[in-house]
Amino acid sequence: MEYSLFILITPFVLFLLLGLTGHKMKQNVAGIIGTVGMGFAAALSYMVAYQYFFVIGKTAGVFQEMIPVSFEWLRFTEKLHIDLGILLDPISVMMLVVITTVSLMVHLYSLSYMHGEKGFQRYYSFLSLFSFSMLGLVVATNIFQMYIFWELVGVSSYSLIGFYYTKPSAVAASKKAFIVTRFADLGFLIGILILSYYTGTFDFATLTANHAESVVTSMQGLSFMGLSVAAWAMALIFMGGAGKSAMFPLHIWLPDAMEGPTPVSALIHAATMVVAGVYLIARLFPVYIFAAPEVLTLIAYIGAFTALFAAIIAVTQTDIKRVLAFSTISQIAYMMVSLGVSGYGGHDGLGYMASMFHLFTHAFFKALLFLGAGSVIHAVHSNEMKDMGRLHKFMPVSSWTFLIACLAIAGIPPFSGFFSKDEILSAALHHDKLIFFTMLFVAGLTAFYMFRLYFNIFWGKEKAYDSHHKPHESPALMTVPLIILAIYSIFTGFIHFPEFISSDSTPFAAHIEWMHVAIPSIVVALTGIVIAFVLYFKGSEKPVQIAKSLGGFYTATVHKFYLDEVWMFITQSVIFKLICKPIAWFDRHIIDGAMNGLAWTTQKTSASVKGLQSGQVQLYVWVYVIGSLLIAALALFL
Amino acid sequence: MDFSNFLLMQQEMSLMAVFVILFIYDVFCSDKGKQWFQPIACILFTLHTAWGFLPALTGEAFGGMFVNSDMTVIMKNILNIATLLVFLQVNNWLKSHDTVHKRGEFFTITLVTLLGMYLMISAGNFMMLYIGMETASLPMACLAAFNKYREKSAEAGAKYILISALSSGVMLFGLSFLYGSMGTMYFSDMTAQVVSEPLMIVGFVFFFSGLAFKLSLVPFHLWTADVYEGAPTAVTAFLSVASKGAAAFALMFTLYKVFGNIEVVWNPILWWSSVITITAGNLFAIRQKDIKRFFAFSSISQAGYILLGIIAGTPLGMNATVYYVLVYVFSNLAAFGVISAIENRTNGNTLISAFNGLYKSNPRLSLIMMLAVFSLGGIPPFAGFFSKFYIFMAAADRGQFLLVFIALLNTVVSLYYYLLIIKAMFIKEGDEQSVDCFVTDGYNKISLILCTAGILAIGFLSCIYEHIGSKVDLFNF
Repeated sequence: MEYSLFILITPFVLFLLLGLTGHKMKQNVAGIIGTVGMGFAAALSYMVAYQYFFVIGKTAGVFQEMIPVSFEWLRFTEKLHIDLGILLDPISVMMLVVITTVSLMVHLYSLSYMHGEKGFQRYYSFLSLFSFSMLGLVVATNIFQMYIFWELVGVSSYSLIGFYYTKPSAVAASKKAFIVTRFADLGFLIGILILSYYTGTFDFATLTANHAESVVTSMQGLSFMGLSVAAWAMALIFMGGAGKSAMFPLHIWLPDAMEGPTPVSALIHAATMVVAGVYLIARLFPVYIFAAPEVLTLIAYIGAFTALFAAIIAVTQTDIKRVLAFSTISQIAYMMVSLGVSGYGGHDGLGYMASMFHLFTHAFFKALLFLGAGSVIHAVHSNEMKDMGRLHKFMPVSSWTFLIACLAIAGIPPFSGFFSKDEILSAALHHDKLIFFTMLFVAGLTAFYMFRLYFNIFWGKEKAYDSHHKPHESPALMTVPLIILAIYSIFTGFIHFPEFISSDSTPFAAHIEWMHVAIPSIVVALTGIVIAFVLYFKGSEKPVQIAKSLGGFYTATVHKFYLDEVWMFITQSVIFKLICKPIAWFDRHIIDGAMNGLAWTTQKTSASVKGLQSGQVQLYVWVYVIGSLLIAALALFL
Repeated sequence: MDFSNFLLMQQEMSLMAVFVILFIYDVFCSDKGKQWFQPIACILFTLHTAWGFLPALTGEAFGGMFVNSDMTVIMKNILNIATLLVFLQVNNWLKSHDTVHKRGEFFTITLVTLLGMYLMISAGNFMMLYIGMETASLPMACLAAFNKYREKSAEAGAKYILISALSSGVMLFGLSFLYGSMGTMYFSDMTAQVVSEPLMIVGFVFFFSGLAFKLSLVPFHLWTADVYEGAPTAVTAFLSVASKGAAAFALMFTLYKVFGNIEVVWNPILWWSSVITITAGNLFAIRQKDIKRFFAFSSISQAGYILLGIIAGTPLGMNATVYYVLVYVFSNLAAFGVISAIENRTNGNTLISAFNGLYKSNPRLSLIMMLAVFSLGGIPPFAGFFSKFYIFMAAADRGQFLLVFIALLNTVVSLYYYLLIIKAMFIKEGDEQSVDCFVTDGYNKISLILCTAGILAIGFLSCIYEHIGSKVDLFNF
């Protein structure tokens, strides 16, 4: 399957091509080249997936890790070297499909959505770079390669979020996203270093082989501040994952990142970058469960809290993209929880499977939601709910597809979200009742805020739209991706996931627990939808009254629990004043002083010796002879 | 006579063939035919370079006088690449009034010089090494004086030949000591006999001074600035990479193979030479107004860095040294390519101030210059960073931490003066004396593209470093 390399090469070549020569092309040409290239990569990914899952991937009933391409890039010691290669196993192949599908849809959609924007070609070249980085991340054969692509994802998302670089808020948002995730990556890097220091390898296959034997044995009995070293390493690596996947308290970058063009949000914040953290934990799952199970518990609780926290905030937001942003945080947290409560092997690994299943289904319906929101924004030129209403009659396709996505995310059967969420809840039920009930409640909240969004946009009161600028349905280039994604959102739930993905790569049977999990979750979701229907379908005044009666809690929620302000305080008053200022002083006076001293000495010496270079050969000869005699003397007598 | 010996001299033979063809063509062609000289020379030499990459026989020839090994083949290939790049850069200069009638001579003389360098590298006997050095030095003086109607060029030639004669004398004197005490000139026979006794030490130091002259190590470096400034730019370029590279390789071989027993003696000598050379090169570079003098001192300090790899005396050090020279070839020739383009445009103005505002008028040239300078300064992710990294690693591996620290401090200083060029190009405003927008000739373009590709790619293609590493053999070459 060496051809899988082309999945990576194609977007990279596109990036170079569009980045270097794009400005000489017509906009449409650049866009079409990008889209066709991405289509090629997507076709290859589907081919790889078909071959892997149905033809050659399985030996004796177990999916094998395949490394079709690998070469050594940097060698430090016999054992420790950085390779670049392609690793195919169930989760990476699944990710290839997810990323290329969503990316292709976004490419298509953007042809129309971004039409006529300044820097259209730049946009497409960055899209390609982003797809390349993300694809490289998922197929990484070792943790260091993953880290390289991880950072590339960070950089390319930075340039995509800050695409409208003339808008100060976009610039601020891109900086924030970059700095926050970079801060988290610091933990990731330290974690990698600890891990590789003790195990002497970067290789995923070696790290996870035989129940993470290499990690367990190499770190046996080592502890630091009461926690085992393995736990430290894995917790730090999780910190990196938490940054990219926007887990509390590192989630603050994601809502602001909505400043980027909407299709970018669909790509980055629905299907790809934000699930990188989940993917990372899944990739190293055997290490977590055998070497540092306590970290998994931590992940589960952080996940559950984030899910609840983000869902509550999502209820009160009025900017439609921010609602989706918080809903993403909450859904990613579901996946984290699911990994956190998972066991290993067979049915015990249900949580692992469920997490990947949810990642898969979520990618499609969340991309659909974002692209649908983009379609709406395109029509009314605003992000605010108050400027929308009764759009159903103007934009039926957007409305219907949006409804499908809402049903999917709310977990109503037979839409895809139901199946994956149900598996997560099952896994949680058997592990920790508290987490189970939290997640069940969040499921209700999710249904509520999603339908609040849906009713507010497409139903409710009609707003006074500009008479010669009536909202209208988006062009086919935008609605076709919506329809395709809607089809995915309906049907992906029927894929029998445990057949393909499991914690130990051995297919197992999972079934829906109707009594304990499915019925309660459907009831909760329906309750949420009904409440939303009552409050928002007709556009009544009741929500305002409820908000008033909640008082301070409501205001706090609107302000996202002042988390931004808390971070601001921590950075401005604590970090800047107590840490940065002394460091700056040290840098100004000691380091710069030393450097200035060096420069001054250099200048002075160089001025005083320049006479030696007189241009007279006699002198040169003299120096030559004296020099060799001196060296001889020194060599003899010293 | 056993002609199979010649099979070992694959590269030398093909070089001679190129030389003979060019020489005959030069003698017999009409004036009109001379304008084809450039393309013919470039194509032939490209073929020769490609030929060098073919698998070669290894072994000794002529009773041990001549040695060919995988390592020497790599080194000769590096020198070939350097020469090819220089050949690509000379077109405009050779077309000028001074030199147009003798452009053939430039190529033939350079080829002879290169042959001398081959022999230096492949020598298995000190006499062979000496002959190689002379074959490389004498024509080099002709090249330095190639623009003989320009006073500075003539001066450069004269200075070079004088100092070179002196250094040959001192070196032969040293060799006579060695011969006197051991009774042989063959490397392989001397290895076991070398001991740390006064006669041999003095002999070694004098011999070392001869190579140090070619490498322009302090205090044998004083000719460098004058010759570099005066010689035509292409010659300076050739002198700074090929001549230096060959000397570095020859020094490395003799040190490891012949003087391995007295490492205690040469280690401190190299240590101090390295420190002083790097520092002095940097100190003088800061003050220069002329870009060719500037690069003369920069190349002196680069030679000091090369010593860092040699001093390690390990396979790692040899690997790093060869790799360093390879990267240095690309970086330095990129810089000289730009310089010669600008020099031709401004009728011989080589002041740094000619570069003022270059970014506005010629953005591409200034970007290449920037890459070259960054690579020379060792800024990641360009090739120069990797080569410095490996060479520091090799030295640190032998516990030379102080040396590495001093070298690191010096890279900071070197960054300062390298950035002066960047400042001139990007920040300073141009005036009527600075260059206008122009397009350099096709050959030079090719060479600049090759150099840029090298600077960008060599660092990342770790296979190159590893390939060199796989051929390292400290004692059998």
